[in-house]
Amino acid sequence: MHNPLADMPFRLPERAPAVSRPLATRLAGLVIAVLAAAACSPGAGGGGGGGAQTTITVAAVDNPQMADLKNLVSEFQSKHSDIQVKIVTLPEDQLRTQVTQDVAAKSGRYDLFTIGTYEVPLWAKKGWIENLSPFIAKDSSYAPDDLIPGIKTALSYKSNLYAVPFYGESSMLMYRKDILSAAGVTMPDHPTWDQVAAAAQKVNSSSVSGICLRGLPGWGEQLAPLNTVVNTFGGRWYDAQWNAQLTSPQFKAAVTFYVNLIKTAGEPGAGNAGFTECLNAYNSGKVAMWYDATVGASNFTGDAAKNSGYAFAPTKVKDWSGWLWAWSLGMPSTSKKKDAAWTFADWATSKDYIKLVGTKLGWAHVPPGTRSSTYQLSDYQQAAGGFAQVTLDSIAHADVTRATVDPVPYVGIQYVDIDEFQQLGDQVSQEFAKVIAGGQTVDEALQKAQQLAAAVGKNYQH
Amino acid sequence: MKTSNGTVLPSVVERGGVRESAASAARRDAWARRLPLLPAFIYVFLVTQIPFVLTIYYSFFRWNLLKEGSSSLFSGHRFAGLDNFATLLTNGSIRTAVANTVILTVSVIAISVVLGMAVAMLLNSEVFGKGLMRTLMIAPFLIMPTAGALIWKDTLFNPLFGLLPYLLSPFGLGRVDWVNRFPMATVVAVEVWRWTPFMMLIILAGLQSQNPEILEAAQVDGAGAVQSFRRITLPLVRPFIELGALLGSLFVVQTYDSIYMLTFGGPGEDTTNIPFLLYIVGPGGGYNIGQASAIGVVAVIITIIVATFALRTLFSIFRVEARR
Repeated sequence: MHNPLADMPFRLPERAPAVSRPLATRLAGLVIAVLAAAACSPGAGGGGGGGAQTTITVAAVDNPQMADLKNLVSEFQSKHSDIQVKIVTLPEDQLRTQVTQDVAAKSGRYDLFTIGTYEVPLWAKKGWIENLSPFIAKDSSYAPDDLIPGIKTALSYKSNLYAVPFYGESSMLMYRKDILSAAGVTMPDHPTWDQVAAAAQKVNSSSVSGICLRGLPGWGEQLAPLNTVVNTFGGRWYDAQWNAQLTSPQFKAAVTFYVNLIKTAGEPGAGNAGFTECLNAYNSGKVAMWYDATVGASNFTGDAAKNSGYAFAPTKVKDWSGWLWAWSLGMPSTSKKKDAAWTFADWATSKDYIKLVGTKLGWAHVPPGTRSSTYQLSDYQQAAGGFAQVTLDSIAHADVTRATVDPVPYVGIQYVDIDEFQQLGDQVSQEFAKVIAGGQTVDEALQKAQQLAAAVGKNYQH
Repeated sequence: MKTSNGTVLPSVVERGGVRESAASAARRDAWARRLPLLPAFIYVFLVTQIPFVLTIYYSFFRWNLLKEGSSSLFSGHRFAGLDNFATLLTNGSIRTAVANTVILTVSVIAISVVLGMAVAMLLNSEVFGKGLMRTLMIAPFLIMPTAGALIWKDTLFNPLFGLLPYLLSPFGLGRVDWVNRFPMATVVAVEVWRWTPFMMLIILAGLQSQNPEILEAAQVDGAGAVQSFRRITLPLVRPFIELGALLGSLFVVQTYDSIYMLTFGGPGEDTTNIPFLLYIVGPGGGYNIGQASAIGVVAVIITIIVATFALRTLFSIFRVEARR
């Protein structure tokens, strides 16, 4: 077993005694370590073993709703003693990486995982996830018609449900009524972006910023709110022939507006501000308004919880610009315990589970935005008061198939539902982040983004 | 084989037998030493060289996890020849990444060597609370890189809640977004913070091997502090500095965690180095295993070139030693 690296030109100058040899060997070892580090990253491994008692492994996104689910698993197991449930929670980006590798390499580590509206149609088409309609048909009490229609559409492929929604969200404008009224600003229920910008500039001061908008690079972070702005400004990523449209006047107007609003009245450090950072800023009274996921309002504390008003996603040309997202339970087709996995998915997304969360953990904890019946529960209406109706109406009006003014060849509101969008969106959002940081102009960023998008568009032009 | 000389034959045979058994004993002895090492050697060989060979193999194939029909490890990939490498050449990202890697590595090593030297000098002198100081100085190297970067980003640099903007607010710099305005400087600062203790430890070892009598003699001969540092101390610790710089740069080239936590390679591609580019193209969104493998192979080649170059030029010390 000759080490191939020993022949590499690590030869030290001649007559280098004693010290040199071990050093050279050590260096060779280090280089091997470098190689190993470089080589190991694409690996995905693991495997699930079958046991007498069925154990199912669930990969779940690390958010408050999933933490509640984890707490209530014992309730499930007391009813189904033959099924052991193991829930693995991971942050969103790591979950996505892990689950994608797992399902693509067919390693079958998980029996269920939380995926979003972005993944479901793509993975269903590839046959990576199981069609759940036959399972749903077997349970007469599941009531799939109770699922909010927009969410159901987004999770379907060829009219079959491929994942069941655990919680759903749209986007809305959240604002501090006290701060706005102190500045003499009233916010309409359906504001335009111009009204929001004017209000933000008016209340912006050295201690309180006007508005928090995500600037953190990432297709699921910065691009989510920005894409809803692009949509309502009349912009789009591709025309019907998959020609990239990022340098179109509408797209440029939207990005310019978004960036300028952040620069003139946005939170400091916008380049690192994502959902969590904005939530913290809003909760601590450092920003007066926040345009983000409807689920944000469930996490308000203190003054933010007491004095917040809620308006629908701001618009420009197109009405109802809110996005649509649902963390849902999908079942990889490689799972060997499909029936047990479905039993759990059924329980976790049922009407009864919502009532269980309400009675056991409090009604504010109820996972919102999945079932129409949730919004008829008087206990929930009381707990979610201010934002329940805005959430429900926003989700009801969000249509993943008609998000833009002009026709597009893709589905998705705050994303383009193609495989390449994760990388494309990440790269494009990095360019916009550079604009926010002052490193380049909107035009320069859009030029680069256009090239990246055009390269991806070519894959679809056949 | 003459029976007349009956005594010769057995003795020759015996002597040959002795020689033979001595050789086999030596071989057995060698194996007795080697054998306990073998499991470790085989293990290291398997876990490092198989992935390496696989990486080279995949770099010649078109394999994207998101594309249909490319699921298993060895089937369903289309042979791509040198396409993955050609893409690298035409794509500007790799050039930016190489440039960023060089900038990051050179500045981190240069600054941390200077700072490490200064701290080592301080700790080598008789100061109060030396032991405690040394422990505190080593701490950054022991903190997990991810946790360290997170502390820098959220408790020090955060423009809303951070300590640095708070301290600088009297100077009108209270709401400066350091991480995004000066991304590379931020990453360099955090990495310098991490690697200074490493350099300090190595240089301190060198300083402590210095004979204080020589310094005293220099003092008697009228050499000032600067002179004796330049003429006596520096040449003495030079091999230690070189060793630290070489080992450090091999690690800093691979910086990934702090970039992930601090800037995520941005804004734009301002802090995307080679390992981070590999992550983005591979498991971090692109899922393009073929392309990522090609980047890995290129990174290895560059590392080998840099290491060789560094060995040849930096290790002038061996030449000096040999001349002596």
